[in-house]
Amino acid sequence: MNEPTPLQIRADQIYRSMGLTEAEYERICQILGRLPNYTELGMYAVLWSEHCAYKHTRPFFKLFPTSGERILQGPGENAGVVDIGDGWAVVFKVESHNHPSAIEPYQGAATGVGGILRDIFTMGARPIASLNSLRFGELSDERVKYLFQGVVAGIAGYGNAVGVPTVGGEVYFDDGYAGNPLVNVMAVGLVRHEMITKAVASGVGNPVMVVGAYTGRDGIHGATFASEELTDASEEKRPAVQVGDPFTEKLLIEACLELIESGVVVGIQDMGAAGLTSSACEMASRAGSGIELDISLVPRREPGMSAYEVMLSESQERMLVVPKKDAVDTVKAIFAKYGLPAVVVGKVTDDGMIRVFDGPDLVAEVPAKSLSTDGAPTYLREAKPPAYLEQTRSFDSSSIRVQSDYTVDLLNLLDSPTIASKRWVYRQYDHMVQLNTVVVPGAADAAVLRVKGTSKGIAVTIDGNGRHVYLDPYQGALGVVAEAARNLVCTGAQPIGLTDGLNFGNPEKPEVYWQLQQAIRGLADAARELDIPVAGGNASLYNESSGRPIYPTPIVGMVGLLEEIDNRMTSDFKAEGDVIALLGWLGTELGGSEFVKLKTGQALGYPPRIDLAKEKALQQACLAAIANGLIRSAHDISEGGLAVCIAESCIQANLGAAVTLPWEGRPDELLFGESAARIVVSLPPANWEELWKVASESKVPLTKLGVVTDGEVTFTAFDGRPLVVTHVDKLAKAWEDSLPKRLR
Amino acid sequence: MRVAVVVFPGSNCDRDCHHVLSEVFGLDSELVWHTETDLSRFDAIILPGGFSYGDYLRSGAIARFSPVMESVTKAAERGLPVLGICNGFQILLEAGLLPGAMLVNESLQFRCHPQEITVEVDRTPFTFGIKPGTVLQLPVAHGEGNYFIDEAGLAKLEANRQIVFRYAGDNPNGSVADIAGICNEAGNVVGMMPHPERAAEALLGSTDGQQIFRALINYWEGRK
Repeated sequence: MNEPTPLQIRADQIYRSMGLTEAEYERICQILGRLPNYTELGMYAVLWSEHCAYKHTRPFFKLFPTSGERILQGPGENAGVVDIGDGWAVVFKVESHNHPSAIEPYQGAATGVGGILRDIFTMGARPIASLNSLRFGELSDERVKYLFQGVVAGIAGYGNAVGVPTVGGEVYFDDGYAGNPLVNVMAVGLVRHEMITKAVASGVGNPVMVVGAYTGRDGIHGATFASEELTDASEEKRPAVQVGDPFTEKLLIEACLELIESGVVVGIQDMGAAGLTSSACEMASRAGSGIELDISLVPRREPGMSAYEVMLSESQERMLVVPKKDAVDTVKAIFAKYGLPAVVVGKVTDDGMIRVFDGPDLVAEVPAKSLSTDGAPTYLREAKPPAYLEQTRSFDSSSIRVQSDYTVDLLNLLDSPTIASKRWVYRQYDHMVQLNTVVVPGAADAAVLRVKGTSKGIAVTIDGNGRHVYLDPYQGALGVVAEAARNLVCTGAQPIGLTDGLNFGNPEKPEVYWQLQQAIRGLADAARELDIPVAGGNASLYNESSGRPIYPTPIVGMVGLLEEIDNRMTSDFKAEGDVIALLGWLGTELGGSEFVKLKTGQALGYPPRIDLAKEKALQQACLAAIANGLIRSAHDISEGGLAVCIAESCIQANLGAAVTLPWEGRPDELLFGESAARIVVSLPPANWEELWKVASESKVPLTKLGVVTDGEVTFTAFDGRPLVVTHVDKLAKAWEDSLPKRLR
Repeated sequence: MRVAVVVFPGSNCDRDCHHVLSEVFGLDSELVWHTETDLSRFDAIILPGGFSYGDYLRSGAIARFSPVMESVTKAAERGLPVLGICNGFQILLEAGLLPGAMLVNESLQFRCHPQEITVEVDRTPFTFGIKPGTVLQLPVAHGEGNYFIDEAGLAKLEANRQIVFRYAGDNPNGSVADIAGICNEAGNVVGMMPHPERAAEALLGSTDGQQIFRALINYWEGRK
């Protein structure tokens, strides 16, 4: 390939096709004191892409609370690390693979799993679970079906083969994501404190080794592609999507963990977005060192690759390792056992430069720091509240006709794909391998894993109601954190850390930038108030198709700790005759609800207001109730409101419920409003007094709603009028059949 | 009792089997890398689940050529108890130690859920002492568990009492005659799709899988 010369690059503005602005190009020229050559330009282009450099989100990161007594590693490494006691720590992170999944759903999602797993085991942790947060358009659309099925198959295909259980997740279907699905994957690992490993290239003269898969031409400029809007021409960028090989990943996991265990590793980093370029410069800049590489030594899949291609390849399942000087043979021997190449390609230097040779020829020479996240430019943009808010906020839910019967509405809500059972999804995931999954998908508001050799449990969840954020980014984002925490609390776990995934449109648009700004403030405020440190994060911007941005969708992955796993709680009712009660406040907010969508087909109204003080009190009360063994089920109220919440607890148990609403008011608001700070619990009647005491101590209202029955499900109004009369079998059928019948 | 858990590249239930054998049953279990050629020190061999060699080509098709398989075959001929679970079952089929072949699930999708199976015969070391007709709840987790054998082969399996487990209730993969597990004619080599190691601790929801391992221990104790 004939590469353009530095002069041609400037004359023809070739940097623009790589996603760099003129100002950014000028800045590169200034840093280098000369014009960059093609390889150098490519290196800057990928590392200064939004995907790698967080150019628009980094200025906000200082808002996040990132410290806490359990935090062993906050943002800045490959993943956050949180102490869980007894010498163990949990490592976790979320990453998005939205753009690749939009054009090649199977491989896009599969490599999303692979990439986030590498972020976990590069820290020395064995990956013990993965979760995913997915957004698609409506299932009535054939292309959406294709994307949904492909993404689920890709997650299954990769996750099942590497032997990491997929234990949880969430899927929303809404037209707001039609052309631009979201695929966020969270991975969780477990590590002994002494094995925590960093991605640093320190020790002048230490060898630098490429280990794992061979390097090919796949995924070149994947990170750049992920930093622009999707258009009709995006299909042509299919070659920018990488192809995953879970078999190699499985070998890489075992080899890397064995290597770290051997004690010879100085630093190790996976090659994700921007491949060798990013791993080398990140490792060097973290250590304040430099790296010299000879790319002619990198094991290749195909001959004739240029320096540009080798440096920018995003071939999967590769790592960069800096071992101790005398340990090259140890590394080679461990990788040879797994049939993987491990080759010295360079060494650590002390001059802060990334120097790339192709054999004898120097092909790139740039300061490592200038390439790294800290060296990239950041942007503050104009922010403007979106015009649509005027319309959505003028919505008056009393415009919806009051009915005498809501049975059909309840069935329709259970049948709506966002609320319906996700069994169709998780039965395709191996969620049991590794023998730690104590609370399986579908059994509670979060999954619970045991920590072998201890009595502890780890609860994990991932959440993010984009519709609420769309209608009010600040309140919606508060709600995302509050709901994730509530989900963990409903299993009996104390939240101990979160990681965020920011999925937004084009930040250069003032209205999108405003959403971003407001939502990040919301995440940060909620994390601070609820005392849950942010241990890491990811941002995916430019999620637009044909000029239309997605719903602003910050998602939160959260980890909780159960000191005694025997105290875990699930969401299904347990026994006929148990009392059903609401822990929390009366809530009637219909804005942004599934019910409003059902009735109007739109996202309208104000989303639920979040009161963090109430939320905190509620969560403390719930944890106390569980720890004292007072309740037999806990399920948080979210999409579909109180009625759907109770219906789900019935369906999971194959029991019924006789509920009388103890408040006056519009039945639709009481049944289907999605107000926060509410948890439905069930308990043996004998425990009522004790639970009352626990709730009063936390100043949280406790309201008796009804009783668990053997199958009849009834909701009755304050004045005795029946609002819903049905049977658990009917509810279960609507809820269970929804996805299978739409995908037949 | 010393049990070998063979680890192929891509196995992923090896550590699970090892955990159950050593932590739940206190057995002398050892993870054996697939390049080992001498298994003579073991009293039983387990080929665990997973995706050996990525299940590329066909599940189990490459693993059967692993160096360790020669000694597995010898041990099987010697009458040593050999259990293949899930991918291990697929490898035993590919290696010709068990008859038949595995197809992709009828649903064309991976399936992971608890599954009821019926124990059909007690003549194998892994069902020794379990009353035929006993229903066990064990998880399945596979994409290629659709066991196939032609009519003549099936008749032979039935006649020789080689069908060890059948799915009770819904068949998760479309296998012939609801077959969930079979043995060789001698009965010492068993392959099964469900995962007994995933149902060996109360904390994980079912202890039915313990019966499979306890049967092996009882069988071995009886032969000592």
